[in-house]
This record gives sequence, C-alpha cells and structure tokens, in this order.
Amino acid sequence: MVHPVTQPTAEGRPDRPLVHPLTQPTAEGRPARPVVHPVHQLLEHAVWDALTEVRDPEIPTVSLVDLGIVHRVEVTADRISVELLPTFTGCPALDVIRTDVEERLSRLGVAVDVTFTNAAPWTSDRITSAGRAQLQSAGFAPPDPDVLQVGGRVACPYCGSRRTMMENAFGPTLCRSIWYCTACRQPFEQFKAI
Amino acid sequence: MTVGAPVTPAIAPEAASLRPEVCEALAGLLLTLADDEFVIGFADSEWTGIAPFLEEDVAMSSLAQDELGHARAFYGLLAEVVGEDPDVLAYDRPPEAFRHCGLLDHPRGDWAFTMARRYLYDTADSVRLEALAASTYGPLAELVAKVRREETYHLLHVDAWLRRLAGTAGEPRNRLLAALEALAPDATSVFTPLPGEGALVSAGILPEPMAELRGRWLRALALTFAALDLPMPRSASDPRGRETHSDAFRWLWGEFTSVRRLDPEAVW
Repeated sequence: MVHPVTQPTAEGRPDRPLVHPLTQPTAEGRPARPVVHPVHQLLEHAVWDALTEVRDPEIPTVSLVDLGIVHRVEVTADRISVELLPTFTGCPALDVIRTDVEERLSRLGVAVDVTFTNAAPWTSDRITSAGRAQLQSAGFAPPDPDVLQVGGRVACPYCGSRRTMMENAFGPTLCRSIWYCTACRQPFEQFKAI
Repeated sequence: MTVGAPVTPAIAPEAASLRPEVCEALAGLLLTLADDEFVIGFADSEWTGIAPFLEEDVAMSSLAQDELGHARAFYGLLAEVVGEDPDVLAYDRPPEAFRHCGLLDHPRGDWAFTMARRYLYDTADSVRLEALAASTYGPLAELVAKVRREETYHLLHVDAWLRRLAGTAGEPRNRLLAALEALAPDATSVFTPLPGEGALVSAGILPEPMAELRGRWLRALALTFAALDLPMPRSASDPRGRETHSDAFRWLWGEFTSVRRLDPEAVW
C-alpha cells in the first residue's frame, strides 16, 4: 500500500501528521486502522525541512517546495523516497534538481531515492503564495493564467506598475515569457501559466 | 535520460502484463511519437541564430527544446517497454529505422515552409494527443496529459503565424501557398495507420483508429483554411507514410548522430 499522495497546503507541505505507509485492508476490505509511527513522523518532517532548503538552480530565492514540484514523500525505516514533478518536460535543469535533492537528503543518513514522475502534471498554480513572493523578490512576475486574454496585464516586479507589455510569449527558458515595463523601462520575465 | 553510464531500464509493470502482439504494437506507437518529436525538434532548432528576427529566434529555440524534451520522454517510455537504453533508441539506429512521418521528412525550407509545416504538424499532433489522453496504457496517458499542457503555447504560436502569413498579400501569402502545395502530399502522414493498430485499439491503448483521427483533423483544418482562403491539402495517391526517408532526413540524421558517432562508448 503506497503512502497517500500529499497535497501541498498553501505553505507547500502537509499540515497534519501523515499515516504510516503500511495500511493494509482487512479481509473484509475495510482499511486497517492507520498506525502513526512517531519515528517516521520525525524523519518525514526532517525530509520536508531539508527540501525547503533545496533551491531552484536558476532562481536561488525559490525553494523546490514552494515551486510545488514535490509530489510525494515516503519514509520507511531504511529508505526515503521522493517523487518530484517536472515543471516542463524538456527542462534541462531536471537532472540538477534531482541530484541536488539526493545530495541534501543523503545527509539525513538514510538511503535516498529521488525520481521524477508524471503521475500528476505540474501546474503553475502549485506555486505557493510564498513561492510567488520569492519569485518577485528575484525580479520575476509570478504566473497569471489570464495573461493571454486580451487586456491581461501583469504587474512589474520592480515598480508594481501595470503599464507592462508582453514582448515574447517565449523566453530564455521553457518556463518564462519576456515582458517590458513602460513605467520604469525595465525588461522582466514572467513565469508562464501552465 | 540521465547523464552517466548506459542504463538498461526495467520493463514497466504495465507493459509486462500486455500480450506480445499488443506490446509490439505499443512499442511501434511510442516510436512514432518519439521520432516525430525528435525530428521536428532537431530540424526546427536549426533556426537558432538565423530566424527572421530575435523574438522568433527565442520562440523557435524554445519550441524546439520542448519537442526534444517530449522526444526524450517518449523514448523513455519506449525504453521501459522494450528494455533498452533510451540513448541507444534515439541515436544508434540507422536512418531507415526511423518512423517519423513524411510531413517531417523535408529540408527546413524557408520561414513560410517551416511555419506551414509546424502548423500542420502541431494541429495534427494535438488531435493525436487528445485521443491518447484516454489511453489505457497508464504511463502514456500520464505523459500525454503533461505534454498537452505544454503544446498549448505551440498551438497559439503557429496559429498566429498562419494567420499573419495568410492575411498578408504578396510575398508572405505566396510563400505560404507554395509551402502548403509542397507539403500537401504528406499532410495527413501523422495519421498513417500503425502496424498492429487493431490490437492497440482493442486494448484501448489507442482509443480510436488513426483513420478517425485523420478525419477529425481534416474537418477542423477545413474550417480554418476556409476562413483564411487557403486550399485544403489534396491526398497523395501514393502517400509516403512513415517508411520513406529522403536525402534531407539522411543529412539531418548525420547531424544529430554526429557527436554520438564520434565515440559511441563515451560516457557523458
């Protein structure tokens, strides 16, 4: 029986204790009463804490947790398994992200296994409110699903003005578009809504 | 594909449970998806540095990177069906073993040619992906759900270019018309019936036969082309499908395998 999928809260992590992975149905088909193992719970929180320290390789102000790419964390006595969601299938930073996560979690002293999965598609609304603020602090406009509609305007991450224009729906990476602010006259990039 | 020593992946459990003829047909389907994306991705990446203007250079490079990423993912799925290293699948086959569609088996051409081809390919691919989103082969349905989201930007872009070229009298429209004429015989090749397709349809891995998807695509294309006063592609009497490879493709193959062939044993 696999660990229940952990849906991120607004803060990017589950806010209640997680049940032990080994919940087997009884002979009648009802799930057995979940057992919470305190040791696993502690390790699981340590894993989430460690994950918040791993940053997007290109935007060091943004943590992977706040980017919303952590799909599942499963902890047993001798293994940590983490499943990540690729932001964009062709993103060349995926291998770097995976090895960064492996390296950070290996410091917890347990065998680590990090994989990418398509079990759920990453969508830009998985970026937490903290993640959106982290993007802005680095000069990126957070994603806006309405931006491609006529009249959609994005706020400049530098001066806040909405007198902005899209220069290119495509940018230097798969995840970003190029914009220009006519108020403060600076170019900036926006995370694409997907 | 990860950097490091060659890896022979384990067979996916979903593939291991399939009857051999279904498994073989599935491998064939995945190969067409991977080869299509790889060939268009690589071919369109040729515009990097020489596109008509800077924004388009960035756009084409981004689109090409997306396609190459999709190709990598499809080769990865294929690798888990046939138990072979995805790099071997992508780079170690001779040109004759590629199964990309005839539409993509042309030299790059001029800008109108590239945009026309991309329009025909991306819209056809979107019909194919829409059907595969309901595939009973889980790993494929999951990947397709992801890929479709990313293709949204491709479709917006090629649609904008088609309208721009079609709606500008003189050289732009004339070049577009010439491109569509040259591409017409191969236009429906994305929907070439697959070997063993019947087994895939029965298993629900390919929810609808290619012939039905082709019809759906042509009906949608007819609406757009009528509005832009563009001629619909005439079917070829002897369509090339997926098994004829031009000198242009052989040249492209030489390019994209050139680094690999320098030292096939190298660990990158």
